[in-house]
Amino acid sequence: MYPHTHHQPNKPILDVQHISVRYNGRPALDDITFHLHAGERVAVVGPNGAGKSTLFKVVAGVLPPGTGEVNIFGSRPRGHICIAYIPQRSQVDWNFPVSVADVVMMGRSAKLGPLNWPHRKDWEYVRHALETVELSDLASRQIGQLSGGQQQRMFIARALAQEAELMLMDEPLSGLDTPSQEGLLNLLDTLQNRHVTVMVATHDLDQAARHFDRIMLLNHRMVAFDEPQKVLHTDNLLQAYGGRLKINPEGTMLVDDCCPPE
Amino acid sequence: MPFLLEPLQYEFMQRGMIAAVLVGIVCAVIGTYVVLRGMAFFGDALAHTILPGLALGYLISGGAREPLFWWALGTAILAALGIGAISKNTEIKEDTAIGIIFAGMFALGIALISTVRSYAVDLSHFLFGDVLSVSVQSLWLILIFGGLVLLFIFAFYKEFMTLSFDPILATTLRLPVGALNNLLLALIAVTVAVSLQTVGVALMVAMLVTPAATAYLLTRRLSRMMVLAAIFASLAGVIGLYLSYYLSIASGAAIVLTATAFFVVAFMWKRVKGI
Repeated sequence: MYPHTHHQPNKPILDVQHISVRYNGRPALDDITFHLHAGERVAVVGPNGAGKSTLFKVVAGVLPPGTGEVNIFGSRPRGHICIAYIPQRSQVDWNFPVSVADVVMMGRSAKLGPLNWPHRKDWEYVRHALETVELSDLASRQIGQLSGGQQQRMFIARALAQEAELMLMDEPLSGLDTPSQEGLLNLLDTLQNRHVTVMVATHDLDQAARHFDRIMLLNHRMVAFDEPQKVLHTDNLLQAYGGRLKINPEGTMLVDDCCPPE
Repeated sequence: MPFLLEPLQYEFMQRGMIAAVLVGIVCAVIGTYVVLRGMAFFGDALAHTILPGLALGYLISGGAREPLFWWALGTAILAALGIGAISKNTEIKEDTAIGIIFAGMFALGIALISTVRSYAVDLSHFLFGDVLSVSVQSLWLILIFGGLVLLFIFAFYKEFMTLSFDPILATTLRLPVGALNNLLLALIAVTVAVSLQTVGVALMVAMLVTPAATAYLLTRRLSRMMVLAAIFASLAGVIGLYLSYYLSIASGAAIVLTATAFFVVAFMWKRVKGI
C-alpha cells in the first residue's frame, strides 16, 4: 500500500479555513471558509470561471492553496486517499487504450501499493462498483464507446473502487440528456446511503435546489452556503452572477451562463 | 529457403538481427507511453541531445566504440532529466525550450566531431547507426539494459497507466507522481542509449513512435498495444535487415522504412474498413 494518513474520526470530513488562490495575480478563490458533515450532498454553483474547479483541486490536495488551510479528518489532504476528484468529461482522453474495468481498477492503485497486481478482492471491488453504477455489461468496452452518462458513471465506479469518502464531481451533469441526468442524480442517492460525502459543481440551479442538502454559491468568494431555499434568492444570485442574471416580470430568474468571461 | 538463410551465414548479420529485434521490442514497449503521452518531440530531442556526449566520449577514448554506450547512457539520462526540469519551470513554451536546447546540443556535437579527420564517416555512424557492426559485448549491454527497461515497465504497469491516463487521479491516490515521471524519462533515456547503434540519433524517434502508433490504430487495450507494437518492431527489424542485405541500403533506414510501411498499411486498412 502506498503511504497515507489515517483519519481522526472526531474531526469533520472536510474543514476549509480562509483559503485563497491566485492565478497570474488575479484571485481565483478569495478567503473561502466552510466545513462539511459526513454524508452531506452539496451543490457548488456559480458562473463560469468562479473558481469551482480550483476549489475542488485545492480540497483534493492537487493544488496547494496560496494561503489558508484544508483539513480532511483533521489533517492535510495531501496524505489522504479517501478523496476522489471526478474530472469534466472534456478533460479526458477518451481514445486512451483502456477498458471500463481497467479505469475502475485504477481506483485500487493506492490500496494495492507498489509492485502488486490486483488480487481477487480487488476484482470484487471493481465488479461490485460496476454493478452499483449499472455498467457491468460494458466492463470490457473501450471507454470511448460509452455515452456521456455512462462515462460519468464509470468515474463514480472508479471512486467507489477507491473507497472514496469524499467525491468531488466537476460538472458531471453538463452535456447529458435528461434521462442520463436523472440516472446520475439517482446514483447520488445511492452514494448518500453509503455515507459518501459529495460535492457537485453544476450550472443547473433547479437541480441544485431539488437534489442537494446545501448549495454553495461561489464567485471567487463565498456568496452564500446554506439550505437551497435560503440561498436561492435574488440578492445572492445578483451577487454571484451580476449582469448575467435576468429577472422577468413573472418573477422567474434566468441565468445567462453560456460563455466564459474573458 | 536459401533466400532467407543466405544472409544468416554471416555472424555480423546474426548479431545485427538479434540487436534489431531486442532494440525493436524495448523501443516499442516504452514507445507506447511516448505515443499516448504525446512525447514524440521529447524523444526526438533527447536522441539528438546526446550527440555531444557521444562526441566527447569518442574523442577521449581515441575512436574506440565500446565505451560509447556508457557515454550515451550518461548523457541521455542527464539530458532527459534536464529537459524534464526545463519544461516544468520556464517562461517560454515547453516545445520552444526543448527546441533551443536540442538544436544547440546537436550543433555542439557536430562541432566536436568535426575536429576529427574521419569526420563524415564517424558522424554518419552516430546519426544513422550501424547495426551490422554490433559486437557481442554490445549485444549483452542491449540485453541487460533493455531487459531492465522492460522489467520496470512491467513492475510499474498500473502506476504508469494511471499516471498517463489521469495525472490528477494519480495525485489524489498519492502515487509518487514526480518520481514516476522522472523514472519514465530515465527509462526513455536508457532506451535511447541501447538503441543508438541500431538506428542512430536521427532515426531514433521512428523506433519510439512508429510501431507503437501502428499498434494504437489496431487495438484499444494498453497491454495488447505493447505486445502488438513489439511484434511490429521485431518484424521491422528482421525484414529491414533482409532488405538492407539484398538492396544494399543502410540498415537503420531499411528498418525504419519497414516500420513506416507497416504503419501506412494499418492506416489504410482502417480507412478501408471505415472505422
